[in-house]
Amino acid sequence: MSGHRQPVKIGVLALQGDFAEHIATLKKLLVETREVRLPEELSGLDGLIIPGGESTTLSRLMSIYHLREPITQMARQGEPVWGTCAGMIMLAREITEHDPVPLGIMDVVVQRNAFGRQVDSFEQDLDIAGINGDPFHAIFIRAPAIQGVGEGVQVLAQLPDGRPVAAQQGNVLVTSFHPELTGDLRLHQYFINLTRRVSPSQRE
Amino acid sequence: MVEVLTGTFTVKAGHAQMLKGGVIMDVVSAQQARIAQEAGAVAVMALERVPADIRAQGGVARMSDPSKICEIIDAVSIPVMAKCRIGHFVEAQILEALGVDYIDESEVLTPADEVHHVWKHDFKVPFVCGCRDLGEALRRISEGAAMIRTKGEAGTGDVVEAVRHMRAVQDAIRKLKTMPEDELVVEARNLAVSLELLTKTRELGRLPVVNFAAGGVATPADAALMMQLGADGVFVGSGIFKSGDPARRAYAIVQAVTHYKDPKILAEVSKDLGEAMVGISARSIPKEQLLAPRSI
Repeated sequence: MSGHRQPVKIGVLALQGDFAEHIATLKKLLVETREVRLPEELSGLDGLIIPGGESTTLSRLMSIYHLREPITQMARQGEPVWGTCAGMIMLAREITEHDPVPLGIMDVVVQRNAFGRQVDSFEQDLDIAGINGDPFHAIFIRAPAIQGVGEGVQVLAQLPDGRPVAAQQGNVLVTSFHPELTGDLRLHQYFINLTRRVSPSQRE
Repeated sequence: MVEVLTGTFTVKAGHAQMLKGGVIMDVVSAQQARIAQEAGAVAVMALERVPADIRAQGGVARMSDPSKICEIIDAVSIPVMAKCRIGHFVEAQILEALGVDYIDESEVLTPADEVHHVWKHDFKVPFVCGCRDLGEALRRISEGAAMIRTKGEAGTGDVVEAVRHMRAVQDAIRKLKTMPEDELVVEARNLAVSLELLTKTRELGRLPVVNFAAGGVATPADAALMMQLGADGVFVGSGIFKSGDPARRAYAIVQAVTHYKDPKILAEVSKDLGEAMVGISARSIPKEQLLAPRSI
């Protein structure tokens, strides 16, 4: 990572949740950022992050403010989209409950609150495919887990019990945990590298 | 074997970070909890009585019946909070055993200890505590609170005290940021907080944990006001289920907190909400009946 500004503008869905933490992390990586609350704020972005928060709340607000179709379209057009925790729930093809209604962008089945209630929230080091160096310190808060993956989905990390907690399908990335709470910039840089404006020579 | 850590301050404070930009609603039944979730609440506070009723009925206000809390936990998938009395660490132990996601050590209930708060570091479940100023906020954080809220004056529907407390916290932080370093020791002593925590707050330029507004929020405009004053999110107690059309009002307040900087949207969501809670002016309440001064 050089000290040069990266020629990329990343949006962070700012309906609810820890969007400010994602923006602060992206700023450390010298990319332009934008809070997204309305559909018109998606235009001109090179990628979108759906942060942690309450997925039922995100789902309601996405419906009221007509964000479902444009976000889905953005992903289908190949722009990188990354969901952390509640964001992962929203990107799933299917979840194990009837509420919220996910966007169905990534071919994974996700279980909400897969590890229990808040007292069961945990921190653990993880090895993540594509992330070099030390293990990644992962923070799981009332976290979801991936129950099933379709063809074309690559599992990037799993817990010792085998449950996938990070996965990628082309331009779409999901993590059960919260890299934005750690100060570790590697997954955010990994996401930026998925954008088309970053040429291979500029990466890392 | 990889080490798995639970109950750390990071996961406690991190949970509050996930609630940011959201509305936490007081509910007294499974049905109300479902209405709150449907409206987009990020969490519910499970109670037997909302603060307005506690205020009206008087007597000693205690932790809710565990069966009531369990009924609400079973009704929704969003986080469930519950209140214990200030200093009542056994009520807190019970709430933790029930599996609540956050404990509010609350001045709305009758304090069990007029000197000590719960030592919150001993718990795996996170705590939120009320404050009126920076000193109170930092003292609660030093006891282990992973989230702070303004006290306001609960059960009134009058936002004036919440505004006073939020401004007091923000003003003190602004002052702290420009204070010469050699004055910090005296400031720490004046606020009765550790120099370390004060220095951390100065470096961050904000409280080290999430800070919600609470105590008197009754309308979408109230909620957006608190957000513009720097709140990370909003608790609404009696304001929703003591109003004419709770579902509609709840839905409107959720949208107001997201779009707090957009007056056009605020105007839209404020339309046709029916009767707001009647409320009582905080100024008309006799001093001995105020809830906010119950702890320092």
